[in-house]
Amino acid sequence: MAQALNQGAAQAIPAASDQPMIQLSAVNKWYGQFHVLKDIDLTVYTGERIVVCGPSGSGKSTMIRCINRLEEHQKGKIVVDGVELTHDLKKIEQVRREVGMVFQHFNLFPHLTVLENLTLAPIWVRKMPKKDAEEVAMTYLKRVKIPEQASKYPGQLSGGQQQRVAIARSLCMNPKVMLFDEPTSALDPEMIKEVLDVMIGLAETGMTMICVTHEMGFARTVANRVIFMDRGEIIEQNDPEEFFKNPKSERTKLFLSQILHH
Amino acid sequence: MADISADTTANNNLNAQMEPGLRPSLPPPTLETGAVGWLRHNLFSSWVNAILTVLALYILYLIIPPFLAWAVFDATWTVPPLAAGVEDHPPQFADCRANAGACWIFVEARLPQFVYGFYTAEQRWRVDIVFLILAVSIFGLLSERIKRKKELAIFFFAIFPILAFWLLYGGLGLEVVETRLWGGFMLTLILSGIGIVFSLPLGVLLALGRRSDLPVVHMLCVVMIEFVRGVPLITILFMANVMLPFFLPPGVEFNVLLRVLLGVTIFAAAYMAEVVRGGLQALPKGQYEGAMAMGLGYWQMMRLIILPQALRIAIPGIVNNFISLTQDTTLVAIVGLYDFLNIVRAGSRDTNWLGTEIEGYVFCALVYWIFCFAMSRYSMHLERKLHTGHKKR
Repeated sequence: MAQALNQGAAQAIPAASDQPMIQLSAVNKWYGQFHVLKDIDLTVYTGERIVVCGPSGSGKSTMIRCINRLEEHQKGKIVVDGVELTHDLKKIEQVRREVGMVFQHFNLFPHLTVLENLTLAPIWVRKMPKKDAEEVAMTYLKRVKIPEQASKYPGQLSGGQQQRVAIARSLCMNPKVMLFDEPTSALDPEMIKEVLDVMIGLAETGMTMICVTHEMGFARTVANRVIFMDRGEIIEQNDPEEFFKNPKSERTKLFLSQILHH
Repeated sequence: MADISADTTANNNLNAQMEPGLRPSLPPPTLETGAVGWLRHNLFSSWVNAILTVLALYILYLIIPPFLAWAVFDATWTVPPLAAGVEDHPPQFADCRANAGACWIFVEARLPQFVYGFYTAEQRWRVDIVFLILAVSIFGLLSERIKRKKELAIFFFAIFPILAFWLLYGGLGLEVVETRLWGGFMLTLILSGIGIVFSLPLGVLLALGRRSDLPVVHMLCVVMIEFVRGVPLITILFMANVMLPFFLPPGVEFNVLLRVLLGVTIFAAAYMAEVVRGGLQALPKGQYEGAMAMGLGYWQMMRLIILPQALRIAIPGIVNNFISLTQDTTLVAIVGLYDFLNIVRAGSRDTNWLGTEIEGYVFCALVYWIFCFAMSRYSMHLERKLHTGHKKR
């Protein structure tokens, strides 16, 4: 199935396998009385790249935040790389070690230099020697094309640079999955491309990715599945070409017409 | 003025002639800069401001010259030579009668007592050693030029307290000097020093507890903070002194100084907790999420990410608490301890020194001011140093 879905993606990007990495089954979540996630069923295969879109308040961010337990789900089952998320703190931390996350507002640590931001988790969570951690960090800083900023503080960088640092910071933990929560929404228009380029580069390495974004060009280039969510439900999912050419539901059509005509 | 406006017009013309995109950056008009510019901006910007400036200068003229005359020019600085027919006597207030100003020989004669209290005279070298180590370690910890901060901190917070206690109290070969003999500046330093060193970590724990998701921990911390904050320090000192023995099994003696230290520390910790909580609340939720998403545990997250930032935000409040704690230690006089202020007061009530109360208070004020001002300056320096927004380290 994954092979079939992959036709729209660029040549260089490797195909997904049929090994499930993340499984959500009948996941429900409420904020007080408000039902944010309604019976979400989703299986993400190793190496698969999924783009999630939908109007604001549709639960897309909440869904990916449940995958590393920044939000707690109240019903259903979430299994990440064979570990089920429960109240067990050990298991939560085990999952978080393997799942990288990039946020809309970067969430870099402003009191640490770029290099210290990158080496912190490898040193304290992976117990890596400082020297090795710095070596790894420099490799990833080169990959996101800002090795010269290593000794600066996040507050001295542009938004695009900060987001690239945030991506490198996640990669330093050598994660199995990367979650992106609207990574370009807080950026000035001229900085969006540099971040998307890094993400495309990441996709080419075969990383499993779930990306909440409205960058439909990115979805076309990289995704092997696009998911549309509305009011807490997955309304439609398809490979990008079909999804954009022949949206099935009325709500998807309405949403696409709104974001593509601007 | 004419020159300046001509200057400005010239600049405008210059800009007008240039193609867009090629205009150079010009210096600001000269009236805005220099000493005259500063005076105009700050002291004479409007006629109300000008009147206030003149009034302030007049008030300073009324206060400063008489004070200087009293404190410096007309003061007695040394014991005058014995007049003929007067019997030799220890220095006393009568020796100052010749001058209209302050009688500083009071401070000179009583200084050892002001510093050491009633500490056994022959053993005072032990206190000096503690003072010396304290001064050197504080300098070492705060100075940027001195490296090996980790070793210094371990020495200062783990070894020095034990060493200082041994030196001050005695035992193991040293003569024991009971704590009831401790007093003066030394006691003030002990009270405020221990209060400062223990109230901050205790306050941090209380603040974290108050924000905890665990209901029991949360409730305990809230009750503790709100109870202590709702009661004046004097009450706590009385309670520590009078009530604590009721709760202890009979026969267990609790040193007065220890009781007071406990009271002062707990009092300061409750206030510290609220200041730290303010710092914690100022941090965006994203900092917690960023840390958690990378698999950091609660204590790692707090120690490496949250507290360094929250405490930096809270520096002004924390130092404010340190300063008021230092000054609040004067309240221990109420339970019979002779701290710096109390011993100076007692000194000026000595029959030989009746009439030197003002000198005593001015001296006290100066010493407290030097210490508190130093703390305040250091905190400002620290704030600038830890600011990582837009400048290179």
